[in-house]
Amino acid sequence: MFDEEKVKEIAKERRRWEKTTLPNWVKQCPERQKEFRNHSGMIIKGVYTPEDIEEMDYMRDLGFPGEYPFTRGLHATMYRGRLWTMRMFAGYGTAEDTNKRFKYLLSEGETGLSTAFDYPTIMGYDSDHPMARGEVGVCGVAVSSLKDMETLFDGIPLDKVTTSMTINGPAPILLAMYVAVGDKQNVPREKLGGTTQNDNLKEFFAQKLCIFPPKPSLKLSTDVIEYCARHLPRWNPISISGYHIREAGATALQELAFTLYDGITYVESTLERGLKVDEFAHRLSFFFASHNDFFEEIAKFRAARRLWAKIMKERFHAKNPRSMWMRMHVQTSGCTLTAQQPLNNIVRTTIQALAAVLGGTQSLHTNSFDEALCLPTEESVRVALRTQQIIAYESGVTNTVDPLAGSYYVEALTNEMEEKAMEYIQKIDDMGGAIEAIEKGFFQREIAESAYRYQRELEEKKRIIVGVNEYTVEEEECPIKLLRVDPKIEKEQVERLQKLKRERDNRKVRAVLEKLHYAAEKDENLMPTIIEAVKAYATLGEITEVLRKVYGEYKELIII
Amino acid sequence: MRGERKIRVLIAKPGLDSHDRGAKVVARALRDAGMEVIYTGLRQTPEQIVETALQEDVDVIGLSILSGAHKALFPRIMELLKEKGLTDIMVFAGGIIPEEDMPELKKLGIKEIFGPGTPTEKIIQFVLENVPKRK
Repeated sequence: MFDEEKVKEIAKERRRWEKTTLPNWVKQCPERQKEFRNHSGMIIKGVYTPEDIEEMDYMRDLGFPGEYPFTRGLHATMYRGRLWTMRMFAGYGTAEDTNKRFKYLLSEGETGLSTAFDYPTIMGYDSDHPMARGEVGVCGVAVSSLKDMETLFDGIPLDKVTTSMTINGPAPILLAMYVAVGDKQNVPREKLGGTTQNDNLKEFFAQKLCIFPPKPSLKLSTDVIEYCARHLPRWNPISISGYHIREAGATALQELAFTLYDGITYVESTLERGLKVDEFAHRLSFFFASHNDFFEEIAKFRAARRLWAKIMKERFHAKNPRSMWMRMHVQTSGCTLTAQQPLNNIVRTTIQALAAVLGGTQSLHTNSFDEALCLPTEESVRVALRTQQIIAYESGVTNTVDPLAGSYYVEALTNEMEEKAMEYIQKIDDMGGAIEAIEKGFFQREIAESAYRYQRELEEKKRIIVGVNEYTVEEEECPIKLLRVDPKIEKEQVERLQKLKRERDNRKVRAVLEKLHYAAEKDENLMPTIIEAVKAYATLGEITEVLRKVYGEYKELIII
Repeated sequence: MRGERKIRVLIAKPGLDSHDRGAKVVARALRDAGMEVIYTGLRQTPEQIVETALQEDVDVIGLSILSGAHKALFPRIMELLKEKGLTDIMVFAGGIIPEEDMPELKKLGIKEIFGPGTPTEKIIQFVLENVPKRK
């Protein structure tokens, strides 16, 4: 980046400065810590200079926004052209409750819906399963059959909205239901737009909502990717997620490396289906967390974009630049929210959201300040959304593309993130890939170590969390109105489901479930048969049960 | 006197949620403090938890839940412990449990409920001070 002679001169001046100016200051005002490190364990220097990015080549490493390697952003104009999508996650109670909420959001001008499902749905249990006791509609909306899905999207034209569904193990089933609702509305399949999370790999070591063992789980994720590439061209079949890896305790660096490795695994698995890389890679999307260490996060987002572009180009020989795009959604970090002095969380969320914007995200969810205590209320969600709007319209950071490029610190950190992530990727390659690493417990151990280390640092006050291990107040009054889900919902949902099971054509249901069993044993792509099954009103639980019989259930590898 | 026996603790995750970061950190902290810790893994039914407590002959059970189903699941666990005559086991809980639910849960016999941000040192001290004496 710089003239060699100039850098030599700067180095000389730096050494002089370290001998003359610096010691006087340190004597008067010693540094607060012996060393400064970010969460990923990287040592942070006091001052960065051109020396730290001497090796950088502008065109090779940064380039222009909208061009390879996309370090500065996917789009040439970034937020000058279009702001990021403000997509807020919602879902609770019955399909009817959430449908009302969706309609409210749409009337307020939102065009992107984002669905949270309750735990039974996520785990492939119908609302009337014994494991569902006390959980129906509590942390998301309960969807047991196409009936519920029809209610959820009643009066919402599916060609006018895009819908994101946070669902993994049962992703083929929920996508099948969405397709079926679209068919009923006479919306051509090529017009259906949205995203299924469908990232089963990270479940094994991060979110841990796994139903089937690793190999069939990867197969099901790949079924969705393949089906979408062939039939649903506007659908993002997968959202490869670092968010949960991070929330489980990983560092920013681990989040970056493990997520990209999962991405590599999905690409390989889809290539094995006979698709060419440029036929599906442009539809892969990513999902990251944004935590409190501002510059570490920004460097992570920039490094992620560059590294993915290189992987797609060099490892998978993609030709279409869009196949090299890392489109990302970011969510501010749930686990950094504190139950103590909860209003402080608004400030944390602001810092995290700003990092995501300066990192060039395509879409953002901001958490509400009360989420360490309960599901957010309407008021707290509004503040979270307003936080994004203030950044977008008031802060001025959107006026230019990638404003931190060229910062000695940010560029040096971006480079270090990329290099160290590559080391991890190499290590996992050597282990034989993601499935092997999962089966050996590699990711699980790495994450548990980081989580424990972080907790120790808090307890030893090596890290300060305001209101938790410093600046605490005694006997806090809880100023927050808690959102409660009515337990009556469970009873009503169970009754509705049992009525459906009595009234549908049960002979047809049995036949299609048998067909599904057969297709699963033959290792076919299951999407077409699952669409047929949901249309016959076979339930989510029944379909999952068939697959459980064929694939078995995942037995958790217990690592503490 | 306790003799040679280490304090045996079962860390259990009832409910369908998979937030095990807290449960694992607490399990490890108690283990580092010299206790024998058994961790159940995720998504245990009340029946499974009580059965494990019986099989493992534990002194203490720590329940971790963040799904909001504590009001449905905790009473069932306490009821089963009573049925099996395991009332001498000390039970504490943690996770996301609203303050207004705490009195009711404590009435069931849950000795303490720790919220987010609790130092593990506090939990270790609490267990040491409240572990039931072995007969």
